[in-house]
Amino acid sequence: MIVELGHFALILALMVAVVQATLPLWGAHRGDRRLMALAGPAAGLQLVLIGGAFAALTWAFVVSDFSLAVVVSNSHTAKPMLYKVSGVWGNHEGSLLLWVLILAIYGAAVAFFGGNLPERLRARVLAVQGMIGVAFMAFLLWTSNPFWRLALPPLDGEDMNPLLQDPGLAFHPPFLYLGYVGLSMAFSFAVAALIEGRVDAAWGRWVRPWTLAAWIFLTIGIALGSWWAYYELGWGGFWFWDPVENASFMPWLLGAALLHSAIVVEKRESLKAWTVLLAIMAFGFSLIGTFIVRSGAITSVHAFASDPARGVFILMILVFFTGGALTLFAARAGAMEARGVFGLVSRESALVANNILLSVSACVVFIGTIWPMVGEWVLGRDLSVGEPFFNAAFTPFAVGLALILPPGAMLAWKRGDLGRSLRGLVPALVLSLALMALGYALQTGRTALGPIGLGLGAWVLFGAITDLWARTGRAGAGGRLARLTRLPRADWGKAAAHSGFGITVFAVAAMLAWKVEDIRVVQLGESFPLGSYEVRLDEVAQVEGPNYTSATATMTVTRAGAVVAVLHPEKRVYPVAGMPTTEAAIDYGFWRDLYLVLGDPQQDGGWAVRSYIEPFANWLWGGSLIMALGGLLSLTDRRYRVAAGARKPVAQGVAAE
Amino acid sequence: MTGASRGWARAPACIVALFLWAAPALAVQPDEILADPVLEARARDISREIRCPVCQGETIDDSNAPISRDLRLIIRERLVAGDSDAEVVDYVVARYGEGILFNPRAEGVNLVLWLAGPVLLLAGIAVALAAGRRRKATDTALTVEEEARLKDILNQ
Repeated sequence: MIVELGHFALILALMVAVVQATLPLWGAHRGDRRLMALAGPAAGLQLVLIGGAFAALTWAFVVSDFSLAVVVSNSHTAKPMLYKVSGVWGNHEGSLLLWVLILAIYGAAVAFFGGNLPERLRARVLAVQGMIGVAFMAFLLWTSNPFWRLALPPLDGEDMNPLLQDPGLAFHPPFLYLGYVGLSMAFSFAVAALIEGRVDAAWGRWVRPWTLAAWIFLTIGIALGSWWAYYELGWGGFWFWDPVENASFMPWLLGAALLHSAIVVEKRESLKAWTVLLAIMAFGFSLIGTFIVRSGAITSVHAFASDPARGVFILMILVFFTGGALTLFAARAGAMEARGVFGLVSRESALVANNILLSVSACVVFIGTIWPMVGEWVLGRDLSVGEPFFNAAFTPFAVGLALILPPGAMLAWKRGDLGRSLRGLVPALVLSLALMALGYALQTGRTALGPIGLGLGAWVLFGAITDLWARTGRAGAGGRLARLTRLPRADWGKAAAHSGFGITVFAVAAMLAWKVEDIRVVQLGESFPLGSYEVRLDEVAQVEGPNYTSATATMTVTRAGAVVAVLHPEKRVYPVAGMPTTEAAIDYGFWRDLYLVLGDPQQDGGWAVRSYIEPFANWLWGGSLIMALGGLLSLTDRRYRVAAGARKPVAQGVAAE
Repeated sequence: MTGASRGWARAPACIVALFLWAAPALAVQPDEILADPVLEARARDISREIRCPVCQGETIDDSNAPISRDLRLIIRERLVAGDSDAEVVDYVVARYGEGILFNPRAEGVNLVLWLAGPVLLLAGIAVALAAGRRRKATDTALTVEEEARLKDILNQ
C-alpha cells in the first residue's frame, strides 16, 4: 500500500510539474500576477510529493519488500541497514528518483529563498525547472519505474554489487547529483534571462550562489568517488579517466569556468553572452553525463543500466533542453550588450583565459570520452581512449591554469599592470622554485613529473597566500593582520579554493611520480622491505562477515625495528552476488599512506601480496576538501546573505576594497 | 599454478579465459614479474597502454581478468625474446585489433582527437582577442561621453 501511495505521489508530482512548467510562463508573458504566483506553491508541492515517493521507496528497501522489482535485484535481507538505505539510489531507477528529488529540492529552494527575485524572473526560472522536472519524471514513469511490482515475489533478493557496499560510495551519488542537478539552476536562470532578454549584475549575483553550491557538491562528490576507487579497487589508483568519471568531471570543469565568468558579469557587467552560454553548456554536460551513465552507450565498469530505450529517451531530453536553449541563445544573445570594457591586461582578461583553458579542456575530455562511440558508429572502427591519452591531452591545460592563476588573480580590474602583480609574487616564485629544486634533489627516479608538480602546486598555493596578504593594504604588519580577519569571506574563499587547487595539483603529481610498488609471494612469518619499511605477514584467518566470508591477514609494518602499524587486508567473497572483492588495508599518514593488499593463496602455502607507499595521498582529498571549503566560504559571503537582492553591494564593514 | 599458466599463455586467449574464469586473480601476479627490472619496467609501461579486452574500462595492468594476465605474459615473452616496445605493441595489435590501444595512434582520423585540444585553444584565443578588439572600438567611442561627464563633475 505504501508503495502504491509513493507511485501515486510521483504521478501527481508529474501533473504538478506540468502546471509549474506552463502557467507561470504564460503568466510572466502576459503580466498576470496570479499565474506567476502559482510557481512557488507548485514547486513546494512538488517537493512534498516527490519526497513522499522517495520515502515510500526507501521504506520498501528498509523492510526488504521483495514484491518490488528494484528491491529484488538490488537488495538482500542480510545486507547491513546502511546499504539497504543507500541501495535506494544504488540502482538505475532509484538513482533517477533521487535525481528528481534533488531537482524538486532546488526548485523549492528558489521558491523559498527567491523572495527578492523580480516576480517575472522567478516565475520563469521556476517554469524552466518545472519543464526539466516533467521530462525526468516522464522518463522515470515510462522507462524506469521504481514502483514496478512483481507478480511472483521471490523469497530473497539478489543483493547489491559488493563493490558498491561501502560507506564512501553510499554518499558519493547523492553529492554528485546535488552537483549535476544544481547546475540546472544556472541553466534555468540563463533561459529565463534569455526569455527576458536582459542580463545584468544582479542576474550574475543570483546565478553565482547556485552555481557555487552545485560546484561544491560536485567537488565533494568527485573527491568521494576518487577516494572510494583508491581504497576499494585495490591498486591505489585514484582516477581512471573512465567515461563515468569523465561524465562528472566535464560539468565540474564548466561549472568552475561559469563561477569565474559570473564574477565578471556581477562586478563588471561584461562577458554576459558568454556566461549565459556557459550556463547552458554546463547543464548540457550534466545531461550528457546522465546520458553516458544511464544509457550504457559507452561501455564502462559503471554502466549498470544498459537499455537502448532509456538511452534514446535521455538523448531526446538532452536535445530538447540544450538545443532549445541554444536556439533561444542564438536569437537573443545580440541583446546582451556588454557594459564594462577592459584592456588586454586586466582581471577580466585573466578570467577569460581561465575560461578558455577550462572549457577547452572540458571539450578535450568530451571528445576523448565519445571518441570510441564515434569510432564505432561513424568510422566503423574499434577504438579506445584511456588514461595515456587523457594524461597527455589534459595535463597541459592544468599546467597552463596553474601557471596563470597567481598573477591573473592579482591583476586589477579593467586595466592591470602585469609587472606589478609579478613583482608581488617574487617571493612565491622563489619559494616554489626552491621547493622544485629540493624535490628534484631528493628524488631517486628520473621523472620530472614530481618536481614540476611540486613547483606548480607551491606556486599556486603561495600565490593564493600572497594575494590574500596583498588585500590587507599597506599598513604595518599588525594592522594588516588585523585587517586579514576583517576581509570579506569571498576573499578567504578565493584564497582557500585556489590553495586547495594547488595542493591537489601537487598531490596528483606526487602520487603519479613517487608511488612505490611491491608485488611478491610471501610465506607466513616472512618479512620483506618496502621503501624504508619492513612488512611481515603474521597470519591469515578465515572470518565470517554479515553477508560475506573473508580471508583476513594480519600484517605488521615496522620501521627501524619500531612497529608503525598492524594492518588487516582482506579478501572477501560475497556468496549471494557470487563476487570476490579485495579490501585493502591502509595506514593513513600525513606524508604517505601504506597500502597493503592480500592476493591469492599460492600452492606452496604463501600468499600473493601487493604493497604500496602512496606519497601525499591525503593531500589529494585534503586539497579537494579545501577547494570545496573555499567555495563554501564564498557562498556565505555577506553580499549573498544580506544584499542578495540589492543592485549595489553594501559597503559597510568591507575595509579592503 | 606457476608452470601451468605459463604454458597456457601460448593457448588461444578465449580458452585460457574459460579455464581461469572461475578463479579471478589480482592484477599483476608475483609469478609474472620478470627477473630483469629494466625489462619488467618496460613491460609495465606497455601494459598501462593496453586495454583489457573483456572489461573495457581497465588496462591489462589493473585488470583481474584472466585474459589480461594472458596478455601481460605475452608482452613479457616478447620482451624476453628481444622485441622492441613498438614491436610488442604491434604484435598485440595485430592479434587483438587497434581497439586494444588506450592511447590511439596519432595518425589518420585519430588526428582529429589529438589536435582537437590545440586547435580549440587557438580558436578560443582568437575569438577572445577579436571580441576584445571590438570592445576596444566601443571603448574609445565611450570615452567621449565619459569625458563630458568627467567635465561636468569637475565643474561642480
